[in-house]
Order: sequence, then structure tokens, then C-alpha cells
Amino acid sequence: MSGNGPSLAAPAPPPQKPKIAGMIAIGVWIAFAIAFVIYFAKAFDTTLIARFGWSYLSGLWVTVSLVAVSFVLGALVSLPVALGRMSANPIAGGSAFAFVYFFRGTPLIAQIFLVYYGFGQFHDFFEAIGMWWFFREAWYCGLLSLALNTAAYQAEILRGAIESVPKGQWEGGRSLGLPGSVIFFKVVLPQAMIVALRPYANEIILMIKASAIVAIITVYDLFGETRQAYSRTYDFQTYVWAALLYLALVEALRHATNWAERRLTVHLKR
Amino acid sequence: MNESLTLLGFGSTGWGDELATGVVVTVTLSLATLPIGLCLGFFLSLAKQSDDRLLKLSADIFTTIFRGLPELLTLFLVYFGVNAGLKSLSQATGLPDIALSSFVSGMVALGVVFSAFASEVFLSAFRAIPHGQREGGMALGLGRTKVMLLVILPQLIKIALPGLGNLWMNLLKDTALVSVIGLADILRQAQIAARVSREPFLFFGTAIVLYLVLTILSSFVIGGIDRWTKRGEVAR
Amino acid sequence: MRLAPSLALAAALSALFAGSAVAQESDADKDWSKVVIGTEGAYPPFNFLDAAGELKGFDVDIAKALCAQMKVECTFVTQDWDGMIPALQNGNFDAIVASMSITPEREEQIAFTSKYYQTPPAVAVPKDSEITEATDAALSGKAVGAQVSTTHAQAAAALFPDADIRQYPTAEEYKLDIENGRLDAVVDDVVVLDEWLKSDAGACCKLLSTLPADPAIYGKGIGIGLRKGDDKLKKMLDDAIVAIREDGTYDKIQKTYFDFDVYGETPAAQ
Repeated sequence: MSGNGPSLAAPAPPPQKPKIAGMIAIGVWIAFAIAFVIYFAKAFDTTLIARFGWSYLSGLWVTVSLVAVSFVLGALVSLPVALGRMSANPIAGGSAFAFVYFFRGTPLIAQIFLVYYGFGQFHDFFEAIGMWWFFREAWYCGLLSLALNTAAYQAEILRGAIESVPKGQWEGGRSLGLPGSVIFFKVVLPQAMIVALRPYANEIILMIKASAIVAIITVYDLFGETRQAYSRTYDFQTYVWAALLYLALVEALRHATNWAERRLTVHLKR
Repeated sequence: MNESLTLLGFGSTGWGDELATGVVVTVTLSLATLPIGLCLGFFLSLAKQSDDRLLKLSADIFTTIFRGLPELLTLFLVYFGVNAGLKSLSQATGLPDIALSSFVSGMVALGVVFSAFASEVFLSAFRAIPHGQREGGMALGLGRTKVMLLVILPQLIKIALPGLGNLWMNLLKDTALVSVIGLADILRQAQIAARVSREPFLFFGTAIVLYLVLTILSSFVIGGIDRWTKRGEVAR
Repeated sequence: MRLAPSLALAAALSALFAGSAVAQESDADKDWSKVVIGTEGAYPPFNFLDAAGELKGFDVDIAKALCAQMKVECTFVTQDWDGMIPALQNGNFDAIVASMSITPEREEQIAFTSKYYQTPPAVAVPKDSEITEATDAALSGKAVGAQVSTTHAQAAAALFPDADIRQYPTAEEYKLDIENGRLDAVVDDVVVLDEWLKSDAGACCKLLSTLPADPAIYGKGIGIGLRKGDDKLKKMLDDAIVAIREDGTYDKIQKTYFDFDVYGETPAAQ
């Protein structure tokens, strides 16, 4: 490795030796690809598609809708949290910090278990305050956990983005006599959003991946349907299908973000 | 309240000792995964900036796959898929059976996920180091390896530390997923305790507090390392 | 072309992968002085963990008796239910003693010993439930819980196609959820439900009725799961089951858990 190892993008001309490392690496991938194709050709079973195809699509829909709704709810919650993080008031700042730290410092899977099984213990109380219909459904419990979790991450993204907008923008707005809210929503936020676009897209990708956990609390999302299919057939290709669907979803999102970023930052390019 | 204390106590009536072993398992798994993830991530980042197109492409394929798959799915793919692969391989070659335990499966799965993300952190850290550093090292007559070890790496660690710190936190939290394939970590012990005692709120709440303690401890340690790497700057 | 060597490497590797098609391995040359047993540890009274973290239950005691009979050193491993068969196939353990029904679907994947008990499935509902019979019409639209990838989950789906079947990782979770009102009914082995209904936790609920054990779903009773090809181990266990039934060990174990016969030559009504 070290003899013909990769250079640090140095301007020095690369040595013209045959590159063993690259060939071995790509060879392994090609081998995987070939083995994968052979495996899939051998294992591929149209009866399985007929049997589980629709379940996978409905699972995909559950995953997508769960992530979409909790992302939007999380965005709403993140706004006051982000403002709290930036505020000089120690109570607002402290509680916002605690919120963010709690949700970022503990595993989502534990949060989901606490909400679903833990809160289920207090069903009498929730029934009394008329909230049991919400906590009764696994889908809502998953939604709540995901929304609060992403709110904590989104608050940090938002804060970083707002703080990245130069102070001069605020001052410029004020010198034009604009009220604070107008400056924030019309001047600062749009610029912050461009900075935040990529982190937000990454957050959605992380949520798509993390949402697989809700399968454990009886929600039939893509991963839930996969486990279901696997437990009926013990055929490993059921997991491979799920992997391909998740990868396709994430990659589509990543490319869409790249495209959107190029469009939105056209004015910044020279 | 007293009842809760008994349940959380040590000995045969309480779950304190089980939860304590869970903490040990969680910490051991995280610490065992870290070096794998760091080393693999480092080499991946080298491959990504290599002028060998094939090597770069290979590293990119790796990152795309393991950043895109849900960690839980990666874990299942390793636990069921790699194990099945190993089994048929040992049958074909006549080598003795090797089955990955849930601990090793967790180490492998979380290690590759960690390395996929870490490679990006290292890559941007590499880019933050000016070329002059490398050229300076060369000009002093140091070899490639020495330049890397003595000049580049120390700066790299300093720049990459915040990003790697975040990844460590993610790793610590992701170990909770390994409970799903049967590793007796904090979450699984809490789950078993919750089932038997029928006190899910108490035990999942305790689990969350334990994770919180671990992340707070980690941030102190990372903060300490961060100050240590920057000790030269303060003097200036 | 530089790709040529990597292609050659790839071909060699993929031949290795693809060539390793699953061959049935015989255990003729194994001496089986040590056997690793997989069980779930969350299915009282058959197998469960107590507060000291020790495995207890009918399955566990039967397994220990069989090992003593065979003069074999046995160790126990716990494994979640839905990964039980893959873990056996991958060699994480050698035998499943976890109240697993001998079903045609499972027999495609693994081998079974003869049965070591057989009890019928049943339905339990909350005490104040309006459901009076276990029919599809009565359970239409109701939330019915069962353990994931069990014969009971399959039977529930087959018998009550209009019900909303929820699948839980272990029996303990659906119990929690019917206690707190998330579920309208649960389906499981009558002994398991009975044990729970007798306990304080089961005070919420009552047994509605037993269900007909459709042989297409429930198969030939509960057996010990083994890898296909491990014929020697199967023979040893089959003989040991006969032996402990004859010498009274089985009855002694049975009496510590139940006040009726769980072996049941024919699926008996309770």
C-alpha cells in the first residue's frame, strides 16, 4: 500500500506504476457485483414478488409519509428551540440547550421505546386527559419520537445557518427602517436557508434511515414489511430488496439536493 | 418509589447488576468499534483523494452504500447475510465453521458505517491542510511516510476532531440498535427488565439516563482532547 | 487494459462465492459431546429470564433433562424469536428448544425432532370486552396482537382477515399492550395465555376461547429445531424424548409447571 499509495493530491506527477491497490479494490467490487447478480438470478423468485410486492410498496409509503410528516412537525418545533438557543435569556437558552442535548445525546430507539411502551404504562392518565387516542397508535408514537428528535437536530442546523448570515444584513435592514420580524423572515431567513439546504437534506436522509426503528413497535414501514417477509420465507433476498429500495430513496434525494443547490446558488457563481 | 429502588437495586431481586453489565457491553462495543472505524475511514479518505481512479471509485461505492443504508438494515445484513455467506464458504472450502456473534456483527456493521462517515470527515480535514506543509516536509528530506506521520497526521487529528467527536456520539447511540440482534447491552437489559417487572417507563427511562451519562462523559473527554491538541495555539 | 487483471481477480472471487452453494453437511463425524441450545427467554411459562438473569421454564427444564439423558454438556444461548432459524442455520447454536411448532414452512428450512408437547392456540380479550366470539366478523377492524413470525400470528391472519393484526417482538410486549388497551384481543398458545391470566398482570383480561389448530399452520406440535443433515443429533434427541417420557422425568417436569398433560396425543380441548 505505502509504495504506490495514494498521494495527497500533490502537484507532483504521479508515478506511472501499475496501480495494484485500485485494481484489487475495484476487482473486489466487481466480484461482489457478479456474485450478487448470480445470487439474484438464482434466488430471484417471481412468486415472492407477487406475494410481497404490494407490502413493500405500502411499507415504502409508510416510511416516506412518516418521515415527511415528522420532518415538517420537527421544523415547526425547531424554530422556537433555535431562537431559544440564540437568546440571551438564561432560562430560554438553558431549556433549549437541555432539549437539544437530551434528544441528541440518547438513542432514538430508546426514545421510541420510552414513548411507546413507557407512556403506555400511564394509559389511565392519558385517557383522563383525553390523549390516549394519540398514544394508543404506534404510528403516532413513532411520529412523536421522530419529530422531537429531528426538531433537536434541525434547531442546531437552523441556528448555525442564521448565525452564518453576516450582521451587516441585519444592520442594513434596520437602516432601511424595516421591523425586526420583516428583516428576519424576508432578509435573513432566505439566506440562511440556502446555507441550511444541504444539512437539511442530510437530516432527511438520516431520518429515512433512522425511521426503520419504528418497525420494532409494530409499525409496518419498509423495514417492518421486510422483516415480515423474511420471517415467512427465511429468504435473504427480502433484505436485499429493502436495501436496494432504501439506497434508491436516499440516492434520489441526494441527487435532487445537488440539483436544487445548483439552481439556488446560481447568483453566487461567477 | 421504594419499589423502584428495589427494582433498580443490585442482587437477585433488582436489575441494577444487569443494567451495569449492559453499560459495560455498550461501552466495550463502542470502544472496540472505534479503532476499526477510524482506521478504515482513514484509508478510505486516502483512497478518495488518490489519483488512481479505480481506487477512488471503489471508495466512493463503499461510502455510498454504507451511508445510504439504515444502520439497522446494515446490522441485519451482516448478522444474517455475512453469517450465511461464511457458512457456505466454510462448507465449500472445508474450513471450520465461523459464526459471527451479535457482538462481532455489531462491531463489523457499526465499524463500516462509522468508517463511511469518518472518511468524509478526514477528507475535508485533509483539504484544510495547506500543500505547503507537505512540501515543507519533503524539502526537509522526510520520506512520504514520515511526512504523513509527523507533519500531516497531527494537524489532521486536530482539524478532524470535532467531526469525529460527533461520529463517536452517533456510534455510542447506534450500539443500542445491536440489542435488536440480541446483544445484552443497556437497552436490551432494560427491555428484559421492563418485560419481567412490567415497569417499562422506569427501565427505558433509566436506560436513557445511562446513555445521557455516557454522552456527557464523552463530551468531557472529547473537550479534553480538543484542548490538548490545541495547547500549542494557546501559547502563541 | 488495466482492468484485465482486476476482472480476472473478480472472476476468481465470484466463482468462490457462487461455487459455495449450500451443500447439506452431515454430522456423521461429530461426536456431540457439547450441544449449544438456542431459546428465546421471553415466553413464560415455557422459557423466560428471571430477575437474576437466569433462564427458566418448561422448555429449559426439558432441554436440561434431555441433555442429562444423552450425557451431553449443554449450554444455552438466548436469541430473539424472529432470528431463531437463521441463527441455527448459521451455526450460532445447534438446537432450538423454544416452543417452536413443527410446520411445513419451517420444515423447508430446518429439521425437527418428534414433538415434545402440543397445546392448542387461544384468544384472550379484556374483561370488559364486547367481543363474545372468536370469529372474523366479531374481530373485524379490531386490533389483534400476536408475536411476530409465529404460527399464532399466521393463524390470526388466516382466521381473522378483517382484523388489524399487530405483530410484537415477544409475547411480553403484546401483553403490555392489551393491558393498557392498545389491543382488543391477542392470540397465543393457551398455556401461555393461561399462565399470564392467572398472574396479577393478566387481571385485565380473560380467555375468550381456544381456536382450532389448523394442521396446515400449526403442523405436528412443538419440536426441537435442528439443522438439516444433523441426523445423528436428531436421533439422539428423539431417543432421549422417548426415554424421559418413559422414566417419568417428563411427568415430573410437567407437574412443576402445569396441572394437566401438555404432551397431548391428539390436540386436546383444554
